[in-house]
Amino acid sequence: MALAHDNKAALDLYQDMYRVRQFDSMASKLFAEGKLAGNIHTCIGQEAVCVGACRAVAASDFIASTHRGHGHCLAKGGDARLMMAELFGKATGYCHGKGGSMHIADLDLGILGANGIVGAGIPIAAGSALASRIRKTGEVTLCFFGDAASNQGSFHEAVNMAAAWKLPVVFVCENNLYGVSVEIHRVTSVPDIAERAKAYGIPGTVADGNDVFSVLAAVTEAVERARRGDGPSLVECKTYRHHGHYEGDPQAYRSRDEVEKWKRRDPIVRLRAEILSGGMAGADEMAALEAAVDREIEAAVTFAAESPWPSASEATTCVYATDNDRSVAR
Amino acid sequence: MRTINYGKAISEAMHEEMLRDESVFILGEDMGVMGSVFGLTRGFMAEFGADRVIDTPISENGFVGMAVGAAIRGLRPVVELMYVDFAPLALDQIANQAAKMRYMTGGKVKVPLVVRAPGGAGRRNAAQHSQSLDALFTHIPGLKVVAPATPFDAKGLLKSAIRDDDPVVFLEHKFCYAMQGEVPEEEYVVPLGKADIKRPGRDVTIVAWSRQVIFALEAAKTLAAEGIEAEVVDIRSLVPLDFETISASVRKTHKVVVVHEAIKRGGYGAEIAAQIMEELFDWLDAPVKRVAGLNVVIPFSPALEDAVFPHVPEIVAGVKEVVR
Ligand SMILES: Cc1ncc(C[n+]2csc(CCOP(=O)(O)OP(=O)(O)O)c2C)c(N)n1
Ligand SMILES: [Mg+2]
Repeated sequence: MALAHDNKAALDLYQDMYRVRQFDSMASKLFAEGKLAGNIHTCIGQEAVCVGACRAVAASDFIASTHRGHGHCLAKGGDARLMMAELFGKATGYCHGKGGSMHIADLDLGILGANGIVGAGIPIAAGSALASRIRKTGEVTLCFFGDAASNQGSFHEAVNMAAAWKLPVVFVCENNLYGVSVEIHRVTSVPDIAERAKAYGIPGTVADGNDVFSVLAAVTEAVERARRGDGPSLVECKTYRHHGHYEGDPQAYRSRDEVEKWKRRDPIVRLRAEILSGGMAGADEMAALEAAVDREIEAAVTFAAESPWPSASEATTCVYATDNDRSVAR
Repeated sequence: MRTINYGKAISEAMHEEMLRDESVFILGEDMGVMGSVFGLTRGFMAEFGADRVIDTPISENGFVGMAVGAAIRGLRPVVELMYVDFAPLALDQIANQAAKMRYMTGGKVKVPLVVRAPGGAGRRNAAQHSQSLDALFTHIPGLKVVAPATPFDAKGLLKSAIRDDDPVVFLEHKFCYAMQGEVPEEEYVVPLGKADIKRPGRDVTIVAWSRQVIFALEAAKTLAAEGIEAEVVDIRSLVPLDFETISASVRKTHKVVVVHEAIKRGGYGAEIAAQIMEELFDWLDAPVKRVAGLNVVIPFSPALEDAVFPHVPEIVAGVKEVVR
């Protein structure tokens, strides 16, 4: 909580969280208007996790993300314009329109990639940590995954190997209580995902995923441990997604009351109130900061909307590094 | 006759088989409370209970393996993989366990399992949610592989698949779910391994399955306007394959175009083309033509995706190459 008294740090966290909120709210709106195609998974309500966790690592560190990945990407420094263009499927997007919302990556920023396969990013994160170990480069990899992903074999296999080999990786579970429609407790043997750490002999902690300082503190401790060479940790962040699993989800599987209860614990509203009541910033300052982010998101949409579509010939490029033409044609 | 959509037809098949046979049960992600992401099992959990309509965790290899285990013990699991793209996560259980069990045990063990899996591109679902993995399954002895195009076939084939004593991979096309078609109220089944001539014609044979049958029928209309009468053979089952129906058609038309959405290299169309070449070479007036997906990953962009797999114009052009 000491960090809460560092005005600049608190405002920075707020700005990052607000950016994630506005980006995903915009994606949601554009999807409803029919301007975005495919699947959009927003992390509205979960912003404290991606922002708190990414604040605990350096620019040179890595993250592995999920299908609900816009927040991870922005929090690690991703460019909202290139992200929005990718959501539109435009040539200027992060993946030149080839990947879409679920496949954004930027290795230069340490973003190993979102993932459409639940649980697949977990061994990949451990592999990134293995690369840091082999090359002795000292980075830590943060591995984001959902509560439901912790029921994949890939989670258990990867955590075991990472623990056995003391790899510099931190497993950050975003427990939003559901995997699509299925309440996690109905299909999981333990009440807290963090308990699973015991099976692999690593620390497991539960953070309040709607309190950015709680997430930041827990992940910071885990990152320091990883950096020291003491191996991985599992940090479970309890949170909730305000929107459906995907945009357009009728959400018949959960009650309005439950959603409303969690909305009253909105991590952004909470941090804003803490900043104002703690006198860390005035209302004017907050409004100006928010207006700047709003403009940034608007500019991202304009950039995306005005960008060209990929040309038809792009459909057959990038399958291979070499022999692309020969191997794609036959 | 009444008209229902393909999704409803699949839903009815599961429902009727569950009523008919207590050993039939359903498991997969979001099958219970939600009634499946495509709405196919809505109301099932309330009707049949949580033991026969099971919401699984996201553990594909685990729950497909459990379905194999339950099948060996005499139940008839119908397991759903939410997207066929997730089949690779469960491939050990499908390929090494379910498919081989009967053979490895000298016929002692049977695995009456159905793995339903929606596939197909065109919905902007991107690289990991859009594939057609037909050939992955047809390459594994011991698996039966079915891919219906119409509501009538979907219902009748799924009922046969559930009653079959071997593992059946039942490939549904996401784009077909909303398509309407005539389906009788009365009980019927469509046997596995029986092709269907969806349109008779004398000039050229188009062999297709799944959504491409719909495109082939459209293409046939366009071609008819130009005086080319195409016969559309919907194989419906990839394994076992009704080669007799293909053969009879080829002996009549002497020209063949094989069409599928999956990528061309190593696709099941190559197998069909090779069988035609081996067995019907003397009957052919032109080389067998394949019209299939490009050998690429499915792109997300709406500006790219539709260009990587066949639609009506590619089929029309393919036919014109062999009919000159
Ligand atoms: C291997 C695999 N199985 C199923 C899916 C379909 N699916 C996408 S997200 C999801 C739920 C994931 O839940 P969780 O890991 O808790 O993340 P959340 O969506 O709650 O953020 C499912 C079942 C998938 N993409 N990949
Ligand atoms: Mg979840």
